[in-house]
Formats: sequence, structure tokens, C-alpha cells
Amino acid sequence: MNEQSMSGAQMNNVLEVNDLRVQITSRRGLVRAVDGVSFEVPRGGALGLVGESGSGKSMTLRAVLGVLPPEAHVVSGQVLLDGTDLLTLNQASLNRVRGPKISMIFQEPMSALNPVMRVGQQIAEGPRIHLGYSRARAEERTLELMRRVGIPDPERRYRAYPHEFSGGMRQRVMIAIALACEPEIILCDEPTTALDVTIQDQILRLLAQLCQESGVSLMFVTHDLPVVAQICQQVAVMYGGQLVERGAVRDVLLDPRHPYTLGLVRSAPDFEYVQDSLRPIPGSPPSLITPPPGCRFHPRCDFAEDDCRTGEVPLRILPGGRATACLHHERCLEALAADRAAR
Amino acid sequence: MGRMSFVGRRLLQLIPVAFGVTFIVFFMVHLIPGDPAASILGIHATPRAVAILHHEWGLNRPLLSQYWLFLDRLLHGNLGYSLYYGQSTSSLVLSHLPPTLWLIVYAGVLSVLISVPLAMIAASRQDGVRDHVVRAVPLVGLGMPSFWLAFLLILVFAIKVQAFPVSGYGSGFFGHLRSMFLPSLTAALALSPVVIRSLRASMLTVLGAEYITTARSKGVPGHRLFLRHVLRNAVIPAVTVLGINIGFLIGTTVIIEEVFAIPGVGQLMINSIFQRDFPVVQGVTLVFAVMVVLLNLLADMAYAALDPRVRFDR
Ligand SMILES: Nc1ncnc2c1ncn2[C@@H]1O[C@H](COP(=O)(O)OP(=O)(O)OP(=O)(O)O)[C@@H](O)[C@H]1O
Ligand SMILES: [Mg+2]
Repeated sequence: MNEQSMSGAQMNNVLEVNDLRVQITSRRGLVRAVDGVSFEVPRGGALGLVGESGSGKSMTLRAVLGVLPPEAHVVSGQVLLDGTDLLTLNQASLNRVRGPKISMIFQEPMSALNPVMRVGQQIAEGPRIHLGYSRARAEERTLELMRRVGIPDPERRYRAYPHEFSGGMRQRVMIAIALACEPEIILCDEPTTALDVTIQDQILRLLAQLCQESGVSLMFVTHDLPVVAQICQQVAVMYGGQLVERGAVRDVLLDPRHPYTLGLVRSAPDFEYVQDSLRPIPGSPPSLITPPPGCRFHPRCDFAEDDCRTGEVPLRILPGGRATACLHHERCLEALAADRAAR
Repeated sequence: MGRMSFVGRRLLQLIPVAFGVTFIVFFMVHLIPGDPAASILGIHATPRAVAILHHEWGLNRPLLSQYWLFLDRLLHGNLGYSLYYGQSTSSLVLSHLPPTLWLIVYAGVLSVLISVPLAMIAASRQDGVRDHVVRAVPLVGLGMPSFWLAFLLILVFAIKVQAFPVSGYGSGFFGHLRSMFLPSLTAALALSPVVIRSLRASMLTVLGAEYITTARSKGVPGHRLFLRHVLRNAVIPAVTVLGINIGFLIGTTVIIEEVFAIPGVGQLMINSIFQRDFPVVQGVTLVFAVMVVLLNLLADMAYAALDPRVRFDR
């Protein structure tokens, strides 16, 4: 989207999450899956959430929507959707918000659809419940949605079951379900990871186009930095249950100010100027049961100093509105300059 | 391929099964050494009874042709003649069938009414107190022989409280409904531990499934979530378990009919065994076998109707 909507969005966020903490009780101990995460999604904009596997991205999304697995609990924080804190709502009020205001698309379109319910009915269910549509009107709405997400021959497909669809078609069904009640924001948890590369691109284009058309905001979880560049204006980088960097996509991906982001950018294939310097980040992700003290990234960080090993390292705002948790972020500038010189 | 031809094919598959059943039913008489007629009729056998039996089974012919005769009669709906009642076995079985069918259907309905809510309660709080109670209590029922359970129920609900008759089949629809309540409850209680376990397990699997998260993410309210998303998926494996246990259910009804003095096929069987009325035992065995097979077919059809992923062309 353009410059203007981005600056206007500062005052007008669909979703604002403050200091969200999610803990999971597991046999091996208490997992701090999300540990003090704050971000906002501008109205009509798209926020990307990136990070390694296990960094807490899915838990963040599920906590926002209130669909955590039974062993996981929100211990503190605020999830403000249009100023209403979803964490304070009871089940019935929450059910009135899910669908018409906020919805979600999952990674595995096969397991995310009810295998014994007709596809059309699964799309129609939202409008039937939330918009009070009659059966006939909901069916009409469903057919329109199916056309909009590019499902051919919707009249016939309406009566089909999920197993009769291909992966890409199933994900289109999921998108139709998410769009059915015209929500203000859709949470996407790696919606293309399970699909073939060619289908991935189609689905991404579809999502981008639908957002453009209907002005719906997106929160987009992915491993894929080029996808973030394609879809999102804002990006947040997650590491070990915390955000380590946040800002406009162009700033963060082209000019990272955290060594972890730098590592991600360097290890991303075919990404802009770092194309020929593929370098995976050494070491392994931190334990979320007993996270390392200080900066959680310090055991894997080339730039780590003594002050990184103790005390909290919260996100700090840099000039231009971006934020980083790194105490020595200027080192990233030097490293990038060296990268460029080496080319 | 359509559902009708699916049923047709399953019925065709029943033919070898039915054939096997007649084989076993016929030859179990001949497993007894010596003259089957004499050994079946026992030491008090009258020469007349022995003669009738010899004629009936063609005992003076070779075994295979005896079997052929048996099959031939069977195909003409002739199950032979009772030695004790002096009546055709088929008319005897037919007149004893309604109470047994009542018992089976009533017990099936009651076990669903018992199992679904309990399984739901157990699954909704996995490993909570309620879960353990719901899982442990039916085990007591499972460990208790059904005749013992029947006596307990009679003692409490028929003798102490006098809400239900002690025994009998009753008359008229509501009479049956009332008289058959305790027997059916006994059978249902015997069956429900297995059903509760299977339903609880499948509900837990379904509750953890991603499509339930999808349903929650579109704001489906609790009751609708349970009926349209959880239950519909969870009953599918439970139907299979129910199908497997149909033999067990029918075995239980024999005992229950005896305890509650219900004039059903089970009681007919027990009486005939004591009377050494072998043609009737043979006929009833056959009817029970057919019943198990047909009820299994019914379970298969229910499974296919509930799960759209079942393909009809295999
Ligand atoms: N049931 C559970 N018991 C214990 N730990 C869990 C459980 N579910 C998730 N976790 C832990 O919570 C952390 C966050 O998980 P989450 O699914 O949010 O990661 P993610 O960033 O979405 O990863 P991915 O990219 O693989 O989807 C992980 O480290 C994971 O090990
Ligand atoms: Mg995930």
C-alpha cells in the first residue's frame, strides 16, 4: 500500500497487542511460548511476523483469536481489536467477534476443513450464524465468495466434500470461510507453506488482491522473507518468544538492525542483494523453558558483549519509528557494509 | 457408484457367510459322537422321538446328502419341527422374535442416551475428576455380570421403588416401553462402557483437530460446535465399535431374557437346550447368526452414510 495510508495508520490500528504472554504447561516444564510481545496492525495494512520454527508465531496468533490449545494459557497482556480487549470477553461475546471482525487461515488446508461437512455449508455457516442469513441467502453469498476466491463451477463444488478438492482449492475454501462475514482483519498462519510452489504464488496473489479490494487487514506469519516483501508493509521479527525487531518492511529487510534479522536475511535464498551469500544462522533456538539470561540471541550472536548476557533487553524505538532489541545494533550496519563490499 | 449397489454388493458378500453359518449349525450336531438322535435326546429318549429325529434329519443317509437336505429345506423356509412344542421351528422363532428385537433396539437407544453425554463430559475435561469418574464407573458395570446387574436393578427399581414390573414383556406399545425398560437398561449398561470409551477417545481426537479450531475461529457457538462438528466426526469410529460388539449385545440379551422372563428368542433357545429340542436350537442359532450379520451390515451402512470419504466402488 502507499505511503499515506501507512502514516495515517499510526493513529488508526485495527489490532493492538500489548505485552502478550502465553505459557504452556508441558511435562518438561513451563514453556514461555510468547513472552511479552507487543505490536499493532494498521487498518487496511498487512503486518508480517517472521521467525524460526518454534519461536512462538502460531501461539501468538492463536492467543489473539482465543483459540489456544487446552494446555496453553494467556497469562497477561491486552489484545485490542477496535479498542475492545478480546482477552476480557466471555465465550459468547468472543464468538460474536470471531467471523464478523476477525478470522484466521491455517497452514494445512486439509486438516483445517471439517471432513464430513459439505464445503459450501462450511463457508455458509458464518453468514448463517453472524449475519442471520436464510439458507437460500447464505448459499447465494457462498457461491459469490467461491467465485471471488477463484473456485471454478461453484454450483457443483458447493455440494462437494473437502477430500474431493486439491490442496490449492482447499486453501481457497479456507480464504472464502475467512472472508465470509467481511472481517476487519484476517490472521494467516503460513497459509502457503503446505502448497506447491506454483499454487503458493496464486494463493498469495489472491490474498493480496482481496485485501486491496476489500480493505481487510492482514497479519501474516511466514518463514519466507520474499513473501513478506510481497504482501506486507510492516514486519515484526520474533525470536525465542519475543520480538527482537519491528518496523517497515523496507527498513527491516534491507537494513536490519538486529543480528538475528541480519542472519535471517543472509540465510534467505534469492533475496535482493544477499543472493550469493547464503549463510545459515549457526547454533540452535533457545529453550523456552529456561531461556538464556539477557538477550536470548546472545549465545548465537557474533556481536555479543558482556552487557548482552545479563538484564532485560526490551525493544527500543530508533529514529524513523522502527524498533530493535539489540544493544549493539550499529554493528549490523558495519556487517552489512562489509557484505556489500565483499560482493 | 451409488449407495444402493453398495448395499447390494454387501448383501452378496453375505452369501458365503450365511453358507458358513449353516455349515457350522448343521455339523455341530454331528460333533457329538454316536447316534446324534440318541445322544441329543438323552437317556430318556422315547423310540418315537428317536424315529422322528432320524426321519427329520435323514440320519440313515450319507452326511453330505444330509447337509444337502438341510440346506434344501432351509431354502424353502423350513427350519424343521420342534420335538417339544410340536410346531414348526420357523413359526416358533417368528413368534419369539418381537420381544428380542424390542430389547436390542431399546438397549441400543438407551446406550446412546447414556454414552453420548457421559463421553462428552469426560472428553470436555480430559484427566479431570469428571473424566476419571466417567471412565471408572462404567468399568464397574463392565466387570459385573449382566445377570447380577439385572438382579440389582430389579431389586431397586421393581421391588423397592416399584416403578417397573419385575418381569415380562407387557402389552401394547407403552406396556412394552415400561416392561422392557429394566431389561434394556441392563443390556445398555453392559454395552455402554465400551461405547463410552470409544466415543471419549474419538471426541478427544476430534477436539484436538484443526477443523475444530477453524470452526471456533468462525465463531460457531458451543452447542452447534458440538453437534455439527464434534459429534458428527466422533460417532464414526464409535459406530464401528458398536458393530463389533453386536455379537456381545445379542449374547447378553439371551441372559437378560432369561432373568426377566421375556418370551424372546433367547429364552426360546435356553428352554430348547434344556428340552434337548435340537431343531429349535439349530434354528435359533441360525437366526442369531443372521441377526449379527444383518446388524453388522447396518453398522457398515451407517458408517458409509456418516463418512463421505468412504468410497462406494470398492
Ligand atoms: N503442546 C505443547 N507442549 C509443549 N510445548 C509446546 C506445545 N505446543 C507448542 N509448544 C512450544 O511452543 C513454542 C512456540 O510454538 P509455535 O507453534 O507458536 O511456534 P511457531 O513459531 O509457530 O513455529 P513453526 O514455524 O514451526 O510453526 C515452540 O517452541 C513449541 O516447542
Ligand atoms: Mg506455527
